[in-house]
Amino acid sequence: MAGAGGGGCPAGGNDLQWCFSQVKGAVDEDVAEADIISTVEFNYSGDLLATGDKGGRVVIFQREQEAVVRTKCRIWRDGVLPLFACILAVRYAATALPAERWGSGLREAHRNKSRPHSRGEYNVYSTFQSHEPEFDYLKSLEIEEKINKIRWLPQQNAAHFLLSTNDKTIKLWKISERDKRAEGYNLKDEDGRLRDPFRITALRVPILKPMDLMVEASPRRIFANAHTYHINSISVNSDHETYLSADDLRINLWHLEITDRSFNIVDIKPVNMEELTEVITAAEFHPHQCNVFVYSSSKGTIRLCDMRSSALCDRHAKFFEEPEDPSSRSFFSEIISSISDVKFSHSGRYMMTRDYLSVKVWDLNMESRPVETHQVHEYLRSKLCSLYENDCIFDKFECCWSGSDSAIMTGSYNNFFRMFDRTTRRDVTLEASRENSKPRASLKPRKVCTGGKRKKDEISVDSLDFNKKILHTAWHPAENIIAVAATNNLYIFQDKVN
Amino acid sequence: MFARGLKRKSAEDGEDVEGGLAGTQATPSYSLQRQSLLDMSLVKLQLCHMLVEPNLCRSVLIANTVRQIQEEMTQDGTWRVVAPQAAGRAPLDRLVSTEILCRSVREQEGERPAPDVGDGRMPGLVPGLSAVPSAQALRSPQSSLWEVDSSRENRGGFQKSLDQIFETLESKTPGSVEELFSDVDSSYYDLDAVLTGMVGSTQSGHGSGLQAFTSAATPPPGSSCRSDLGELDHAVEILVET
Repeated sequence: MAGAGGGGCPAGGNDLQWCFSQVKGAVDEDVAEADIISTVEFNYSGDLLATGDKGGRVVIFQREQEAVVRTKCRIWRDGVLPLFACILAVRYAATALPAERWGSGLREAHRNKSRPHSRGEYNVYSTFQSHEPEFDYLKSLEIEEKINKIRWLPQQNAAHFLLSTNDKTIKLWKISERDKRAEGYNLKDEDGRLRDPFRITALRVPILKPMDLMVEASPRRIFANAHTYHINSISVNSDHETYLSADDLRINLWHLEITDRSFNIVDIKPVNMEELTEVITAAEFHPHQCNVFVYSSSKGTIRLCDMRSSALCDRHAKFFEEPEDPSSRSFFSEIISSISDVKFSHSGRYMMTRDYLSVKVWDLNMESRPVETHQVHEYLRSKLCSLYENDCIFDKFECCWSGSDSAIMTGSYNNFFRMFDRTTRRDVTLEASRENSKPRASLKPRKVCTGGKRKKDEISVDSLDFNKKILHTAWHPAENIIAVAATNNLYIFQDKVN
Repeated sequence: MFARGLKRKSAEDGEDVEGGLAGTQATPSYSLQRQSLLDMSLVKLQLCHMLVEPNLCRSVLIANTVRQIQEEMTQDGTWRVVAPQAAGRAPLDRLVSTEILCRSVREQEGERPAPDVGDGRMPGLVPGLSAVPSAQALRSPQSSLWEVDSSRENRGGFQKSLDQIFETLESKTPGSVEELFSDVDSSYYDLDAVLTGMVGSTQSGHGSGLQAFTSAATPPPGSSCRSDLGELDHAVEILVET
């Protein structure tokens, strides 16, 4: 059954040649635990890319604004009407920059004239410590500072807002720029010392002077003490006013302005914890319908809930489950069916789920089975016992859609990641490694050999490095740029511009 | 009904192929592998990170796996338990399962010397990948602490320490503390629920499933399940006492 692709944007997957663009992070073999990237997320425009790590830090990269210069130059050279050029320039600027930075944005763009062929690169924009390690004195347990998820809010003014969460607490961060400084205060000197009031003989009006750009991150809201279990998901609603947070057994609904109250909308905690057999693994709001959300479970089911039906959405509106294939049943069937990630398509018509061995695309109108199933690393099926032993079977891989929904991507082991083109039905395996890190070097497709004879350039299943896992990937919302987190390194790949 | 790709030897020595489900399921190598999986799962459940709260999803999945294995072993009739022999066994039926496991563990202690690190217990399970890292790492500290101790306090300590372990899986808000102690001996209840999955029946204290466990049949000597539980027992005691 062919899945419907998205709109007219370029198709993802194999029609493109993926090239290395950048890699961020230390090169050392010894990886500090705190540097392991735990989440990656583009913002709505794709110009900002946020990563969270196990040490509780958030690093935001910003894309260089080279597009403005290139477009403007070309249009002037071609002699197109000046009005048209202005409109185009404004359009690019509006998507790339906050309105009031229009002036300095041009200034930055001109700086890139020396490298006219470089695609916009991502450079560090802001780094801050989002969460600190905490200690729960009641339970005598540490609360990890690891950032589980980052979700951006749509931009409404010059500042950027994002939600970041660890196991227990969600924080709303405001990232704002300052490039002007007030000088000429009356009551204090330029270095901040108070002026002697008796020495002040005249009043002056402070004036704003430009300064070096400073990017500040400040916590605006802290949403705490609402989760007994570990938060695994946060999702901003399409109304841009509310968001949900989900832990193993409960889902809460918050208003972005209100931190001392949240509404519990799903609670699957049994009266006796000993009867617990299923937990919530992921949750997400529908991209357009603000009353609809889905949550996935450790038993491989997805429930779609409508918040209009009742305050507590314990009864689902739709229940998605694929009937089990009895021929492949094993003791590990339930574990590998546990869903580690669920993502709506940008269109809102489909959703994608990731379980241990496959990615499935579901049509929201059909609950009985997915419309597409893509095998990520089926060769691991015969190794499940070993993977259970070393706990790899519990790894939670994420998945993502391309901007046009025509392709999907997810990670695997050995720093491999997989891309599936839904229109051409082709898939490719690529690798994020320092060896393939020459600028604009094309990525060569990789292949895992399952049978006896190993061809050249193939890698056998037993040689895979299960410590090199790609759990987190992100796709630019509009262009074919992908960010892949490989342990402590962040790789950025782009398609080759013809 | 094991991971696909693992070869099962055909029934040997004229084993009764009509017993059990598909006949092939009761073969020695399959039973051994299943037993190893059960051991591994129990070890994983018990080995909680005491400093950081353990992952609830992982614990639930492992507990469900243990339950599946137990159900199949019960169906196969291979889930056999030592009849209580020592004097002073607890009168309550619902305590039987745990007590029996503990007691038979201590009986095993007398028989076994310092245990081998379990290489022989997992044949054919690790074809190409690295062998048994977590289980071996577990067994070495445990084997060095091997002690024979059959006091009744020990059993209480075992259950108490399990209680502590399971408490880390649950919240300690007042409501759930009451849930924890809704039965007389809730720590046992936790263990039972994990091991057998027959929660509904244990509520009343007279589970028919539990009765099945008490149906006496002497276990094969050197049963690996019992000795593994013995190792767990002692590991947990050490954790409690330190």
